[in-house]
Amino acid sequence: MWSLQNIADKVHDWLYLTFNPTLAMLFEFVIIGALAIGLFAMLGLILIYMERKVSAWMQLRLGPNRVGPKGIFQTMADTLKLIVKEGMTPDGADKLLFHIAPFLVMIVAMVVLAPLMFAKGFQIWDINIGVFFITAVSSISVIGVLMAGWASNNKYSLLGAMRSGAQIVSYELSAGLSILAVIVLTGSLKLSDIIASQENGWWIFKGHLPVWIAFVIFIIAVTAETNRAPFDLAEAESELTAGFHTEYSGMKFALFFLAEYVNIFVVCALGATLFLGGWMPLHFGTNTQFNKVMDYIPSVVWFFGKTFFLIFVIMWFRWTFPRLRIDQLLHLEWKYLLPISMINLLLATLIAIMNWHF
Amino acid sequence: MTEEVVITDQDDLIINVGPQHPSTHGVLHLVITLNGETVKKVEPHLGYIHRSIEKMCESLTYRQFIYTTSRMDYLSSHINNHCCAMCVEKGLQVEVPPRAQVIRVLMDELTRLASHQLWWGALAMDVGALTPFFLAFREREMINDIMEETCGTRLTMNYMVPGGVMADIHPNFQRRVHEFLAHFKRKIDEYDELITDNIIFQNRTKGIGFISKEDAISYGMSGPSARGSGVQCDIRKLYPYEVYDKLQFKEIIESGGDCFARYMVRMKEMKQSMSIVEQLIDNIPEGDFQAKTKNVLKLPKGEFYSRVETARGELGVYIISEGGTTPYRIKFRSPGYSNLSALDHMTRGQKIGDMVAIMGTLDLVIPDIDR
Repeated sequence: MWSLQNIADKVHDWLYLTFNPTLAMLFEFVIIGALAIGLFAMLGLILIYMERKVSAWMQLRLGPNRVGPKGIFQTMADTLKLIVKEGMTPDGADKLLFHIAPFLVMIVAMVVLAPLMFAKGFQIWDINIGVFFITAVSSISVIGVLMAGWASNNKYSLLGAMRSGAQIVSYELSAGLSILAVIVLTGSLKLSDIIASQENGWWIFKGHLPVWIAFVIFIIAVTAETNRAPFDLAEAESELTAGFHTEYSGMKFALFFLAEYVNIFVVCALGATLFLGGWMPLHFGTNTQFNKVMDYIPSVVWFFGKTFFLIFVIMWFRWTFPRLRIDQLLHLEWKYLLPISMINLLLATLIAIMNWHF
Repeated sequence: MTEEVVITDQDDLIINVGPQHPSTHGVLHLVITLNGETVKKVEPHLGYIHRSIEKMCESLTYRQFIYTTSRMDYLSSHINNHCCAMCVEKGLQVEVPPRAQVIRVLMDELTRLASHQLWWGALAMDVGALTPFFLAFREREMINDIMEETCGTRLTMNYMVPGGVMADIHPNFQRRVHEFLAHFKRKIDEYDELITDNIIFQNRTKGIGFISKEDAISYGMSGPSARGSGVQCDIRKLYPYEVYDKLQFKEIIESGGDCFARYMVRMKEMKQSMSIVEQLIDNIPEGDFQAKTKNVLKLPKGEFYSRVETARGELGVYIISEGGTTPYRIKFRSPGYSNLSALDHMTRGQKIGDMVAIMGTLDLVIPDIDR
């Protein structure tokens, strides 16, 4: 059957047969880098288009509909405009930090793509601490945001950056704890193991209450971590104009923008992997007929389908809810989400020890 | 009023909000002193859209000056025009025909509805929800279409003239108003589901921007903003004009004094305006739509004052006449100016996000403040 795993294996074999191992490895690096950058760009284009269409659909509008059929090339036109736009640097800005910040944020967003499993056997790096790697690396992006806010020499940016710092540092805790609930049940940090453990049912189905709670907390926490409404305090448009990227223009602004969307993709992919079985098709117990039909759908479709479903949910949040205030945001985390996820982790541990899950 | 004097020390962060800022809804400039996220002081700076309308009116005739007032509070232009026309009629001692009176009240209430709809969308946008703005515009568009048919314009109406209204209502007017009422009655429940009952919105507005009844009176607040603090100040009830004394409606008063109370006053006023329109729309008396007036209006020597309830509060028009064709001096008492003056009092000790919500519930229209 057609699968990304076969293609990857064939390319790998051909490279190692044709060239000596060092050269072959180098070629593989180049191919992976090109693919990662390609995916990055494609995600930016698709997610921005999707956001605009989803928001238009919710707001009684049409959304982009001029450039290309149904406006699908609108994002490309916008990107082109941003590329040719002058990149302004404000007076009194810390030039070095100001220029590094967007690249740092973008690099972080790209690096966390590495351990994700896009399809059956199709993964850049099956590191044994995959989930830990993602949570650890993704928290570096807050440094980029703080750098941008500080270096801009703008009070709005500074306020936005400080908010962002407080927000991401606190919400990482409950995001991490809700991830741990699944890790405890799986017993592995490796993403391929976590997906393999869901072969006979996704964790959301067989994990009982703790996994449901963990799933809800995870969605709330990652929405906050990616600075999306209703937790978009870092760029709260009606309060801080544009928050930490007020002073950025042109391509540097676009990098922040792209990184935001790729971060959304990464956290939704992680959510899909942990709770919804990654590339695993939907199986219903012993109903072999149904299971067979589900198996015909390629694994890459399953993975991206689940991820985009979660992305849609997060977009739905954004276009529905008002924004929280900064103190309410921190109350929500420290008074409710964190204690609940701690108790939830104990529950999950109990279930794992007693083997109560399916 | 005694207020603690704020001494700005070096740790304070002073930020210029505006003149171009998404949440000031116009060219309002606020200098805010911050201690971290907490607002210590708000200092409004005015004058960015000052067009000296009062001075301009001194060289315009009594028919002409009404048109400039559409540009003051552009969201309730009918009501502004209405107030000026009433003031001139007082001087001329003209009796407005019953048909014109009813049409005027209908237009006033439709304008109030349109203005409150826009306010609802803008407030939701201030607290971070973008979608309601588009929903509000869907309904506002219907009112604008009704206005366009009858008055010829959609924003600056210039429909009220001394002695009545400029033209008779369009034949479609009643049918389309009925359509609008049927539509909006369903949609206002949607508004409640989406924003009023939303827990985040309630957290953002309950207990925020409190102003007591006494303070509201001493700041000269009026309109829905003051009625949210329990002040009785509805001019339609206190000093009824046109046919308001024959209508069945209650003054809406909330005692909370916070943003949510002001919000609820306006939400209930929308329902109230609908009921007023419903009472009148099928009972428009036949007759003239304009009283006979001379071509050149001359007010007798003296001082004339009229007041109406706009969507934002009490609008007063004060004309001093020397007996000529143009006023000697005109003074407008605009509701936004006094409401804005209470902003500092309400905002102290609150967060930046609250300041935006408070400004949203005050429903400021900057050209009304600056004139």
